[in-house]
Amino acid sequence: MMEEALFQPTLVSERPRIEIRFNGTPLEVPAGTSVAAALLVSGVAQFRTTPVGRSSRAPWCMMGVCFDCLLEIDGKPNVQGCMTAVKENMDVRTQWGAARYE
Amino acid sequence: MSTDVVDCLVIGGGLVGASVAYGAAKSGASTLLLDEGDAAVRASRGNFGLVWVQGKGDGLPVYAAWTRQARLMWTDFAAELLADTGVDVQLRETGGYWFGFSDEEMEQRQAMLQPLWDQGGVPFQMLDYSDLKARVPRIGPAVVGGSFCPLDAHVNPLRLLHALHKGMTQAGTRLINGAPVQDLAWDDGIFTATVGTATYRARRVVLAAGLGNRKLAPMLGLHAPVVPNRGQILVTERLQPFLASVTNKARQTEEGSVQLGSTEEDVGYDDRTTLPAMKALARRGVQTFPLLANAKLVRAWGALRVMTPDGFPIYEESAECPGAFIVTCHSGVTLSALHCKRISAWILGNEVNPDSTRAFSSGRFSKGEPA
Repeated sequence: MMEEALFQPTLVSERPRIEIRFNGTPLEVPAGTSVAAALLVSGVAQFRTTPVGRSSRAPWCMMGVCFDCLLEIDGKPNVQGCMTAVKENMDVRTQWGAARYE
Repeated sequence: MSTDVVDCLVIGGGLVGASVAYGAAKSGASTLLLDEGDAAVRASRGNFGLVWVQGKGDGLPVYAAWTRQARLMWTDFAAELLADTGVDVQLRETGGYWFGFSDEEMEQRQAMLQPLWDQGGVPFQMLDYSDLKARVPRIGPAVVGGSFCPLDAHVNPLRLLHALHKGMTQAGTRLINGAPVQDLAWDDGIFTATVGTATYRARRVVLAAGLGNRKLAPMLGLHAPVVPNRGQILVTERLQPFLASVTNKARQTEEGSVQLGSTEEDVGYDDRTTLPAMKALARRGVQTFPLLANAKLVRAWGALRVMTPDGFPIYEESAECPGAFIVTCHSGVTLSALHCKRISAWILGNEVNPDSTRAFSSGRFSKGEPA
Protein backbone atom coordinates (compact mmCIF):
# COMPACT_ATOMS: atom_id res chain seq x y z
CA MET A 1 0.00 0.00 0.00
CA MET A 2 1.82 3.13 -1.21
CA GLU A 3 0.38 6.51 -0.34
CA GLU A 4 1.60 10.02 0.33
CA ALA A 5 4.44 9.63 2.83
CA LEU A 6 3.55 10.06 6.49
CA PHE A 7 6.96 11.68 6.99
CA GLN A 8 8.92 14.10 4.80
CA PRO A 9 12.66 13.62 4.41
CA THR A 10 14.79 16.45 5.80
CA LEU A 11 18.48 15.78 6.41
CA VAL A 12 18.17 12.23 5.11
CA SER A 13 17.75 13.63 1.61
CA GLU A 14 21.46 14.49 1.60
CA ARG A 15 22.45 10.90 2.33
CA PRO A 16 23.60 8.49 -0.37
CA ARG A 17 20.76 6.33 -1.64
CA ILE A 18 20.58 2.56 -1.96
CA GLU A 19 18.11 0.23 -3.61
CA ILE A 20 15.89 -2.25 -1.80
CA ARG A 21 12.73 -4.11 -2.84
CA PHE A 22 9.40 -3.83 -1.08
CA ASN A 23 6.97 -6.59 -2.08
CA GLY A 24 9.06 -6.99 -5.22
CA THR A 25 8.98 -3.30 -6.23
CA PRO A 26 12.38 -1.53 -6.31
CA LEU A 27 12.65 1.44 -3.95
CA GLU A 28 15.45 3.99 -3.67
CA VAL A 29 15.89 4.80 0.00
CA PRO A 30 18.40 6.76 2.13
CA ALA A 31 21.33 4.68 3.36
CA GLY A 32 22.27 4.58 7.05
CA THR A 33 18.77 4.47 8.43
CA SER A 34 16.38 1.81 9.73
CA VAL A 35 14.17 -0.24 7.42
CA ALA A 36 11.13 1.32 9.12
CA ALA A 37 12.32 4.89 8.46
CA ALA A 38 13.25 3.98 4.89
CA LEU A 39 9.77 2.62 4.19
CA LEU A 40 8.00 5.51 5.91
CA VAL A 41 9.76 8.15 3.79
CA SER A 42 8.88 6.05 0.74
CA GLY A 43 5.17 6.24 1.51
CA VAL A 44 4.63 2.72 2.84
CA ALA A 45 1.71 2.87 5.28
CA GLN A 46 0.99 -0.81 5.88
CA PHE A 47 3.84 -2.85 7.36
CA ARG A 48 1.90 -5.80 8.73
CA THR A 49 -1.58 -7.12 9.44
CA THR A 50 -2.56 -8.41 12.87
CA PRO A 51 -2.76 -12.22 13.25
CA VAL A 52 -6.32 -12.34 14.62
CA GLY A 53 -8.24 -9.28 13.40
CA ARG A 54 -6.28 -8.86 10.13
CA SER A 55 -6.17 -5.08 10.50
CA SER A 56 -3.31 -2.98 9.12
CA ARG A 57 -0.43 -1.67 11.21
CA ALA A 58 2.42 0.81 10.71
CA PRO A 59 5.34 1.75 13.02
CA TRP A 60 4.34 3.61 16.13
CA CYS A 61 7.17 3.78 18.67
CA MET A 62 10.22 3.51 16.36
CA MET A 63 12.27 2.27 19.32
CA GLY A 64 11.73 -1.48 19.51
CA VAL A 65 8.81 -1.62 21.88
CA CYS A 66 5.49 -1.70 20.03
CA PHE A 67 6.15 -4.47 17.45
CA ASP A 68 3.85 -2.74 14.96
CA CYS A 69 6.67 -2.39 12.38
CA LEU A 70 7.03 -6.17 11.86
CA LEU A 71 8.13 -7.12 8.35
CA GLU A 72 9.44 -10.12 6.48
CA ILE A 73 13.07 -9.24 5.75
CA ASP A 74 15.23 -11.44 3.51
CA GLY A 75 12.86 -14.36 4.09
CA LYS A 76 12.73 -14.01 7.86
CA PRO A 77 9.25 -13.32 9.29
CA ASN A 78 8.33 -10.96 12.14
CA VAL A 79 11.47 -8.82 12.04
CA GLN A 80 11.26 -5.41 13.72
CA GLY A 81 11.78 -2.87 10.94
CA CYS A 82 12.75 -0.09 13.36
CA MET A 83 15.57 -2.16 14.87
CA THR A 84 17.07 -3.32 11.57
CA ALA A 85 19.54 -1.25 9.51
CA VAL A 86 18.59 -0.97 5.85
CA LYS A 87 21.06 -2.60 3.41
CA GLU A 88 21.57 -2.59 -0.35
CA ASN A 89 19.37 -5.15 -2.16
CA MET A 90 17.35 -6.02 0.94
CA ASP A 91 14.17 -7.99 0.17
CA VAL A 92 11.43 -6.54 2.38
CA ARG A 93 7.86 -7.78 2.43
CA THR A 94 4.60 -7.09 4.26
CA GLN A 95 4.17 -9.33 7.29
CA TRP A 96 0.76 -10.85 6.66
CA GLY A 97 -0.63 -12.11 9.98
CA ALA A 98 1.25 -14.74 11.98
CA ALA A 99 4.65 -16.10 11.04
CA ARG A 100 5.03 -19.29 9.02
CA TYR A 101 8.06 -21.53 9.42
CA GLU A 102 8.44 -24.55 7.17
CA MET B 1 -31.09 -16.51 61.78
CA SER B 2 -28.86 -13.45 61.59
CA THR B 3 -28.83 -11.75 58.22
CA ASP B 4 -25.10 -11.17 58.26
CA VAL B 5 -24.37 -14.91 58.32
CA VAL B 6 -23.87 -16.26 54.79
CA ASP B 7 -24.61 -19.83 53.74
CA CYS B 8 -21.23 -20.38 52.15
CA LEU B 9 -17.90 -18.64 52.70
CA VAL B 10 -15.22 -19.53 50.15
CA ILE B 11 -11.61 -18.66 50.91
CA GLY B 12 -9.53 -18.29 47.76
CA GLY B 13 -10.51 -16.70 44.43
CA GLY B 14 -8.55 -18.92 42.04
CA LEU B 15 -10.03 -21.48 39.69
CA VAL B 16 -11.03 -23.83 42.52
CA GLY B 17 -12.66 -21.25 44.78
CA ALA B 18 -14.37 -19.41 41.93
CA SER B 19 -15.76 -22.68 40.52
CA VAL B 20 -17.23 -23.66 43.90
CA ALA B 21 -18.61 -20.16 44.52
CA TYR B 22 -20.18 -20.05 41.04
CA GLY B 23 -21.93 -23.37 41.68
CA ALA B 24 -23.01 -22.49 45.21
CA ALA B 25 -24.39 -19.12 44.21
CA LYS B 26 -26.28 -20.61 41.26
CA SER B 27 -27.88 -23.12 43.66
CA GLY B 28 -29.27 -20.19 45.61
CA ALA B 29 -26.83 -20.17 48.54
CA SER B 30 -25.74 -16.76 49.78
CA THR B 31 -22.04 -16.84 49.00
CA LEU B 32 -19.08 -14.71 50.05
CA LEU B 33 -15.62 -15.13 48.56
CA LEU B 34 -12.54 -13.74 50.30
CA ASP B 35 -9.46 -13.47 48.09
CA GLU B 36 -6.04 -12.79 49.54
CA GLY B 37 -4.96 -10.45 46.73
CA ASP B 38 -1.96 -10.28 44.45
CA ALA B 39 0.45 -11.10 47.28
CA ALA B 40 -0.89 -14.67 47.01
CA VAL B 41 1.00 -17.28 44.99
CA ARG B 42 -1.69 -17.38 42.28
CA ALA B 43 -1.38 -20.80 40.63
CA SER B 44 -4.45 -19.95 38.54
CA ARG B 45 -2.60 -17.11 36.77
CA GLY B 46 0.22 -19.39 35.61
CA ASN B 47 -1.82 -22.24 34.23
CA PHE B 48 -1.05 -23.98 30.94
CA GLY B 49 -4.73 -24.47 30.01
CA LEU B 50 -5.01 -28.24 29.59
CA VAL B 51 -8.24 -30.11 30.21
CA TRP B 52 -6.25 -33.32 30.54
CA VAL B 53 -7.41 -36.84 31.33
CA GLN B 54 -4.72 -39.11 29.85
CA GLY B 55 -2.49 -40.64 32.53
CA LYS B 56 -4.35 -39.04 35.45
CA GLY B 57 -4.94 -41.50 38.31
CA ASP B 58 -1.74 -43.50 38.03
CA GLY B 59 -1.68 -45.03 41.53
CA LEU B 60 -5.30 -44.10 42.37
CA PRO B 61 -7.66 -45.34 39.61
CA VAL B 62 -10.70 -43.72 41.27
CA TYR B 63 -9.04 -40.44 40.36
CA ALA B 64 -8.94 -41.49 36.69
CA ALA B 65 -12.72 -42.01 36.82
CA TRP B 66 -13.14 -38.71 38.70
CA THR B 67 -11.14 -36.82 36.05
CA ARG B 68 -13.03 -38.54 33.24
CA GLN B 69 -16.33 -37.48 34.76
CA ALA B 70 -15.07 -33.90 35.21
CA ARG B 71 -14.00 -33.83 31.57
CA LEU B 72 -17.36 -35.09 30.32
CA MET B 73 -19.07 -32.21 32.14
CA TRP B 74 -16.88 -29.65 30.35
CA THR B 75 -18.82 -29.46 27.04
CA ASP B 76 -22.02 -28.27 28.71
CA PHE B 77 -20.07 -26.19 31.21
CA ALA B 78 -18.34 -24.13 28.50
CA ALA B 79 -21.74 -23.49 26.90
CA GLU B 80 -23.21 -22.51 30.28
CA LEU B 81 -20.34 -20.07 30.95
CA LEU B 82 -20.86 -18.51 27.52
CA ALA B 83 -24.61 -18.18 28.07
CA ASP B 84 -24.21 -16.76 31.59
CA THR B 85 -21.29 -14.42 31.01
CA GLY B 86 -20.73 -13.94 27.28
CA VAL B 87 -17.15 -15.16 27.76
CA ASP B 88 -15.95 -17.81 25.31
CA VAL B 89 -13.34 -19.84 27.19
CA GLN B 90 -12.17 -21.35 23.87
CA LEU B 91 -12.74 -25.00 24.82
CA ARG B 92 -11.25 -27.11 22.03
CA GLU B 93 -12.09 -30.80 22.34
CA THR B 94 -9.37 -32.08 20.04
CA GLY B 95 -8.18 -35.19 21.85
CA GLY B 96 -4.60 -35.10 23.14
CA TYR B 97 -1.28 -36.58 22.16
CA TRP B 98 1.66 -37.60 24.31
CA PHE B 99 4.99 -38.09 22.53
CA GLY B 100 7.57 -40.78 23.30
CA PHE B 101 11.27 -40.49 22.46
CA SER B 102 12.33 -44.12 23.03
CA ASP B 103 10.84 -47.61 22.83
CA GLU B 104 11.29 -47.90 26.57
CA GLU B 105 9.22 -44.75 27.17
CA MET B 106 6.52 -46.17 24.89
CA GLU B 107 6.37 -49.46 26.83
CA GLN B 108 6.18 -47.64 30.17
CA ARG B 109 3.44 -45.44 28.82
CA GLN B 110 1.29 -48.35 27.70
CA ALA B 111 1.81 -50.14 31.02
CA MET B 112 0.70 -46.99 32.85
CA LEU B 113 -2.37 -46.25 30.68
CA GLN B 114 -3.78 -49.80 30.52
CA PRO B 115 -5.03 -49.98 34.16
CA LEU B 116 -6.53 -46.50 33.84
CA TRP B 117 -8.72 -47.86 31.03
CA ASP B 118 -9.44 -51.13 32.86
CA GLN B 119 -10.31 -49.48 36.18
CA GLY B 120 -11.06 -45.84 35.33
CA GLY B 121 -12.66 -46.06 31.88
CA VAL B 122 -10.15 -43.67 30.29
CA PRO B 123 -9.67 -44.70 26.64
CA PHE B 124 -6.29 -44.51 24.93
CA GLN B 125 -4.53 -45.62 21.79
CA MET B 126 -0.80 -46.28 21.27
CA LEU B 127 0.50 -45.00 17.93
CA ASP B 128 3.75 -45.86 16.18
CA TYR B 129 5.73 -43.20 14.31
CA SER B 130 3.95 -43.55 10.97
CA ASP B 131 0.44 -43.52 12.48
CA LEU B 132 1.37 -40.53 14.59
CA LYS B 133 3.01 -38.71 11.66
CA ALA B 134 -0.18 -39.16 9.64
CA ARG B 135 -2.18 -37.50 12.41
CA VAL B 136 0.31 -34.86 13.62
CA PRO B 137 2.31 -34.16 10.45
CA ARG B 138 4.76 -31.64 11.96
CA ILE B 139 6.46 -34.05 14.40
CA GLY B 140 10.19 -34.57 13.92
CA PRO B 141 12.18 -37.80 13.46
CA ALA B 142 13.27 -37.86 17.12
CA VAL B 143 9.71 -38.81 18.10
CA VAL B 144 9.38 -42.61 18.30
CA GLY B 145 5.62 -42.76 18.72
CA GLY B 146 2.91 -41.58 21.03
CA SER B 147 -0.34 -42.14 22.83
CA PHE B 148 -3.69 -40.54 22.13
CA CYS B 149 -6.69 -39.98 24.37
CA PRO B 150 -9.87 -38.66 22.72
CA LEU B 151 -11.01 -37.00 25.96
CA ASP B 152 -8.14 -34.50 26.24
CA ALA B 153 -8.91 -30.88 25.44
CA HIS B 154 -7.70 -27.36 26.16
CA VAL B 155 -9.05 -23.93 27.06
CA ASN B 156 -7.77 -20.41 27.57
CA PRO B 157 -7.22 -20.52 31.35
CA LEU B 158 -7.29 -16.75 31.87
CA ARG B 159 -10.62 -16.50 30.07
CA LEU B 160 -11.86 -19.32 32.28
CA LEU B 161 -10.87 -17.50 35.45
CA HIS B 162 -12.51 -14.34 34.14
CA ALA B 163 -15.70 -16.20 33.19
CA LEU B 164 -15.93 -17.88 36.60
CA HIS B 165 -15.53 -14.57 38.40
CA LYS B 166 -18.10 -12.91 36.17
CA GLY B 167 -20.49 -15.83 36.55
CA MET B 168 -20.19 -16.11 40.29
CA THR B 169 -20.67 -12.38 40.93
CA GLN B 170 -23.64 -12.23 38.52
CA ALA B 171 -25.16 -15.15 40.45
CA GLY B 172 -24.88 -13.12 43.64
CA THR B 173 -21.50 -14.01 45.13
CA ARG B 174 -20.01 -11.13 47.06
CA LEU B 175 -16.30 -10.93 46.25
CA ILE B 176 -13.88 -9.15 48.56
CA ASN B 177 -10.38 -8.66 47.17
CA GLY B 178 -7.28 -7.98 49.22
CA ALA B 179 -8.70 -9.97 52.14
CA PRO B 180 -6.08 -12.34 53.59
CA VAL B 181 -7.75 -14.48 56.28
CA GLN B 182 -5.70 -14.45 59.48
CA ASP B 183 -7.94 -16.53 61.70
CA LEU B 184 -10.84 -18.96 61.48
CA ALA B 185 -13.02 -20.00 64.39
CA TRP B 186 -16.05 -22.25 64.81
CA ASP B 187 -18.61 -21.80 67.53
CA ASP B 188 -22.08 -23.33 67.78
CA GLY B 189 -22.34 -24.05 64.06
CA ILE B 190 -21.16 -20.61 62.94
CA PHE B 191 -17.75 -19.93 61.43
CA THR B 192 -15.99 -16.60 61.85
CA ALA B 193 -13.18 -15.47 59.55
CA THR B 194 -10.97 -12.62 60.67
CA VAL B 195 -9.40 -10.27 58.12
CA GLY B 196 -7.58 -7.43 59.89
CA THR B 197 -10.23 -5.70 61.97
CA ALA B 198 -13.13 -7.15 59.97
CA THR B 199 -14.95 -10.41 60.66
CA TYR B 200 -17.20 -12.45 58.38
CA ARG B 201 -19.64 -15.13 59.51
CA ALA B 202 -20.92 -18.20 57.67
CA ARG B 203 -22.70 -21.51 58.19
CA ARG B 204 -20.25 -23.29 55.90
CA VAL B 205 -16.69 -22.52 54.95
CA VAL B 206 -14.68 -23.84 52.02
CA LEU B 207 -10.89 -23.69 52.08
CA ALA B 208 -9.84 -23.21 48.46
CA ALA B 209 -6.71 -21.18 49.06
CA GLY B 210 -4.22 -23.38 47.20
CA LEU B 211 -0.89 -23.35 48.99
CA GLY B 212 -2.49 -21.09 51.62
CA ASN B 213 -4.63 -24.04 52.75
CA ARG B 214 -1.60 -25.49 54.52
CA LYS B 215 -1.82 -22.75 57.15
CA LEU B 216 -5.63 -22.39 57.24
CA ALA B 217 -6.59 -26.09 57.47
CA PRO B 218 -5.38 -26.74 61.07
CA MET B 219 -7.52 -23.83 62.32
CA LEU B 220 -10.60 -26.00 61.56
CA GLY B 221 -9.25 -29.46 62.34
CA LEU B 222 -8.30 -30.18 58.73
CA HIS B 223 -4.99 -31.30 57.27
CA ALA B 224 -3.50 -29.97 54.00
CA PRO B 225 0.12 -31.06 53.52
CA VAL B 226 0.43 -29.16 50.21
CA VAL B 227 3.79 -28.00 48.87
CA PRO B 228 4.78 -25.86 45.87
CA ASN B 229 6.11 -27.45 42.70
CA ARG B 230 7.43 -25.08 40.06
CA GLY B 231 6.57 -25.31 36.38
CA GLN B 232 8.20 -23.10 33.73
CA ILE B 233 6.57 -22.33 30.39
CA LEU B 234 7.83 -20.77 27.14
CA VAL B 235 5.65 -18.84 24.68
CA THR B 236 6.48 -18.22 21.02
CA GLU B 237 5.48 -15.41 18.71
CA ARG B 238 2.19 -15.98 16.91
CA LEU B 239 2.54 -18.62 14.22
CA GLN B 240 0.28 -19.84 11.46
CA PRO B 241 -1.83 -22.75 12.77
CA PHE B 242 0.17 -25.99 12.54
CA LEU B 243 -0.88 -27.94 15.63
CA ALA B 244 -4.56 -28.81 15.44
CA SER B 245 -4.63 -31.00 18.56
CA VAL B 246 -3.46 -30.37 22.07
CA THR B 247 -0.41 -32.25 23.35
CA ASN B 248 0.84 -32.77 26.88
CA LYS B 249 3.84 -30.46 26.37
CA ALA B 250 2.72 -28.02 23.70
CA ARG B 251 -0.44 -26.29 22.66
CA GLN B 252 -1.14 -23.67 20.03
CA THR B 253 -3.56 -21.05 21.21
CA GLU B 254 -6.47 -19.69 19.22
CA GLU B 255 -4.36 -16.60 18.47
CA GLY B 256 -1.39 -18.61 17.17
CA SER B 257 1.07 -18.52 20.09
CA VAL B 258 2.68 -21.84 20.98
CA GLN B 259 3.06 -22.63 24.67
CA LEU B 260 5.82 -25.07 25.56
CA GLY B 261 5.75 -26.64 28.99
CA SER B 262 6.69 -27.54 31.50
CA THR B 263 9.20 -28.33 34.17
CA GLU B 264 8.56 -29.97 37.54
CA GLU B 265 10.90 -28.49 40.12
CA ASP B 266 11.06 -28.69 43.88
CA VAL B 267 12.42 -25.23 44.67
CA GLY B 268 10.14 -23.97 47.45
CA TYR B 269 8.34 -20.70 46.81
CA ASP B 270 10.76 -19.50 44.10
CA ASP B 271 8.60 -18.88 41.01
CA ARG B 272 11.32 -17.39 38.80
CA THR B 273 12.44 -18.68 35.41
CA THR B 274 15.90 -20.18 34.91
CA LEU B 275 18.09 -20.39 31.81
CA PRO B 276 18.79 -24.17 32.03
CA ALA B 277 15.07 -24.94 32.26
CA MET B 278 14.23 -22.62 29.37
CA LYS B 279 16.97 -24.22 27.24
CA ALA B 280 15.68 -27.71 28.01
CA LEU B 281 12.09 -26.73 27.13
CA ALA B 282 13.20 -25.09 23.88
CA ARG B 283 15.35 -28.09 22.94
CA ARG B 284 12.52 -30.57 23.49
CA GLY B 285 10.07 -28.30 21.67
CA VAL B 286 12.32 -28.21 18.60
CA GLN B 287 12.94 -31.98 18.80
CA THR B 288 9.21 -32.54 18.79
CA PHE B 289 8.37 -29.91 16.15
CA PRO B 290 11.46 -28.99 14.08
CA LEU B 291 9.66 -26.03 12.48
CA LEU B 292 9.94 -24.24 15.84
CA ALA B 293 13.74 -23.97 15.40
CA ASN B 294 13.43 -20.48 13.88
CA ALA B 295 10.44 -19.29 15.87
CA LYS B 296 11.07 -16.45 18.26
CA LEU B 297 10.24 -16.77 21.96
CA VAL B 298 8.40 -13.78 23.34
CA ARG B 299 7.74 -14.77 26.94
CA ALA B 300 8.59 -17.24 29.68
CA TRP B 301 7.17 -17.64 33.13
CA GLY B 302 7.30 -19.79 36.23
CA ALA B 303 4.35 -20.68 38.47
CA LEU B 304 3.85 -22.91 41.48
CA ARG B 305 1.62 -25.98 41.39
CA VAL B 306 -0.28 -26.93 44.52
CA MET B 307 0.88 -30.48 45.21
CA THR B 308 -0.15 -32.99 47.83
CA PRO B 309 2.40 -35.75 48.67
CA ASP B 310 0.73 -38.15 46.18
CA GLY B 311 -0.40 -35.49 43.70
CA PHE B 312 -4.13 -36.21 44.11
CA PRO B 313 -6.76 -33.79 45.45
CA ILE B 314 -8.00 -33.46 48.99
CA TYR B 315 -11.78 -33.20 49.47
CA GLU B 316 -12.82 -33.50 53.09
CA GLU B 317 -15.28 -32.18 55.63
CA SER B 318 -13.84 -31.48 59.05
CA ALA B 319 -14.89 -34.01 61.70
CA GLU B 320 -14.00 -31.50 64.40
CA CYS B 321 -15.88 -28.54 62.86
CA PRO B 322 -18.71 -29.88 60.66
CA GLY B 323 -19.49 -27.48 57.84
CA ALA B 324 -15.81 -26.77 57.17
CA PHE B 325 -14.54 -28.24 53.91
CA ILE B 326 -11.20 -28.41 52.19
CA VAL B 327 -10.94 -28.48 48.41
CA THR B 328 -7.43 -28.53 47.02
CA CYS B 329 -5.92 -29.91 43.84
CA HIS B 330 -3.45 -29.07 41.12
CA SER B 331 -5.92 -29.53 38.24
CA GLY B 332 -8.11 -26.49 38.68
CA VAL B 333 -8.92 -26.25 34.95
CA THR B 334 -9.68 -29.91 34.24
CA LEU B 335 -11.83 -30.28 37.36
CA SER B 336 -13.57 -26.89 37.15
CA ALA B 337 -17.01 -28.13 36.00
CA LEU B 338 -17.03 -30.88 38.61
CA HIS B 339 -16.04 -28.45 41.35
CA CYS B 340 -18.79 -26.09 40.24
CA LYS B 341 -21.51 -28.76 40.18
CA ARG B 342 -20.78 -31.75 42.38
CA ILE B 343 -18.36 -30.30 44.92
CA SER B 344 -20.56 -27.26 45.57
CA ALA B 345 -23.56 -29.62 45.97
CA TRP B 346 -21.56 -31.78 48.39
CA ILE B 347 -20.67 -28.69 50.43
CA LEU B 348 -24.29 -27.51 50.53
CA GLY B 349 -25.46 -30.99 51.55
CA ASN B 350 -27.20 -31.72 48.25
CA GLU B 351 -24.83 -34.32 46.77
CA VAL B 352 -26.63 -37.59 46.02
CA ASN B 353 -23.52 -39.64 46.64
CA PRO B 354 -21.55 -37.86 49.36
CA ASP B 355 -19.30 -40.89 49.81
CA SER B 356 -17.77 -40.30 46.38
CA THR B 357 -15.23 -37.93 47.90
CA ARG B 358 -14.11 -40.40 50.58
CA ALA B 359 -11.14 -41.71 48.56
CA PHE B 360 -9.77 -38.15 48.57
CA SER B 361 -9.69 -37.49 52.32
CA SER B 362 -6.45 -36.43 53.96
CA GLY B 363 -6.52 -39.62 56.07
CA ARG B 364 -4.21 -41.11 53.47
CA PHE B 365 -1.41 -38.84 54.70
CA SER B 366 0.16 -39.27 58.11
CA LYS B 367 -0.28 -36.11 60.15
CA GLY B 368 3.24 -36.42 61.53
CA GLU B 369 4.72 -36.51 58.07
CA PRO B 370 6.91 -33.49 57.36
CA ALA B 371 5.51 -32.70 53.91
